[in-house]
Amino acid sequence: MHAFKYHRPSSVKAAAALAKGEAKLLAGGQTLVQTMKLRLASPSDIIDLGALQDLAGIQSDGKTVTIGAMTRHADVAHSAEVKKTIPALAALAGMIGDRQVRAMGTIGGSLANNDPAADYPAAVLGMGATVITNKRKLSPDEFFKGMFTTALAADEIITAVSFPAPKRAAYIKFKNPASRFAIVGVFVADFGSSVRVAVTGAGPVVFRQAEMEKALAAKFAPESVANIKVKQDGLNSDLHASAEYRAHLVTVMAKRAVEAALK
Amino acid sequence: MAVKVSLKVNGKSVVAEVEERTLLVTVIREHLRLTGTHVGCDTAQCGACTVSMNGRAVKSCSMLAMQAEGTEVMTIEGVAHADGTLHPMQAAFKEHHGLQCGFCTPGMVINAIDFAKHHPDPSEQEIREALEGNLCRCTGYHNIVKAIGAGARAMAASK
Repeated sequence: MHAFKYHRPSSVKAAAALAKGEAKLLAGGQTLVQTMKLRLASPSDIIDLGALQDLAGIQSDGKTVTIGAMTRHADVAHSAEVKKTIPALAALAGMIGDRQVRAMGTIGGSLANNDPAADYPAAVLGMGATVITNKRKLSPDEFFKGMFTTALAADEIITAVSFPAPKRAAYIKFKNPASRFAIVGVFVADFGSSVRVAVTGAGPVVFRQAEMEKALAAKFAPESVANIKVKQDGLNSDLHASAEYRAHLVTVMAKRAVEAALK
Repeated sequence: MAVKVSLKVNGKSVVAEVEERTLLVTVIREHLRLTGTHVGCDTAQCGACTVSMNGRAVKSCSMLAMQAEGTEVMTIEGVAHADGTLHPMQAAFKEHHGLQCGFCTPGMVINAIDFAKHHPDPSEQEIREALEGNLCRCTGYHNIVKAIGAGARAMAASK
């Protein structure tokens, strides 16, 4: 790991003031620290958000669940409030990495990193959650820009994410057995008047599947998506899976997600 | 440049002056000479470096020492009683032959203790899922799974 200057600010404002140039914000560090060890990232400064206790915590009013950016995956997975209001979100958090990673990794860090195979982006896009920063509120369509790219400015810090509770929802992923990242993961959420289907792992960035959303809005049942063929154009192809295979998996995971949501 | 990191390790207050980029596992092994915590893969996959931080199992090769500032860390050296009596989870690993070469064992035991606090009577499936972040290249996991089940029940019984 290359040398850097370490900062441990005690407020979001102080953190934002430090965040410029080649500086990087450190949340749980479950991606960033390894990336720095491999010298794939060599920030000049590390701004550790670990002292910002106010950024961790979960609030729910039964209709909306708001999760602080520094809330660990394990806390979302075990939260009684999340389990009650959006069980699919608690289940998704419990599928990220392994239990040691979940004890450190945070929702804000995951979203800011925007790994194409990460799980949380599927929940945020799949439920149309609002990403709240120190500057503004962003819809997922505004937030997710591309592979490892978001709308966040250099001195912009995610403070919380607010999820509207769907009537029913589920997330199913076909995971890489070694990394446990999604080869393909599909989040399906039924809001009664509308249905959202978000796909992670398959493309360079999380995306919605309009054809499936329309079919499920007409009838929320596995057979509504079972015969929808997803085009492989633009999907990821790597040593883990070809684009053709991923396209096939999107339909299979969507079908299973609808089945799970109906249970 | 150097920074000061203050934390508790196995109940003792520790202050170490380290480079900013120092990992927690480096402080544990090289500054404190607690070499029971191992570095296996060094890429956060194998779990041999697992320590308990504020009661939760974490991978100490995957975090900066400064991320442990003000926390309480327990390593494998702090698991047994002061008189040398094994912790129920350690005793279960011994009883059920849950180790062969022993390299992965400290991380396995630390993770298993944290897991067992939340699962006093775990199923085999729950144990296997809890071990996703710990690799063992000797045992085939079978006896580790048996040991953790027995250890968890022994921990619950000794409460």
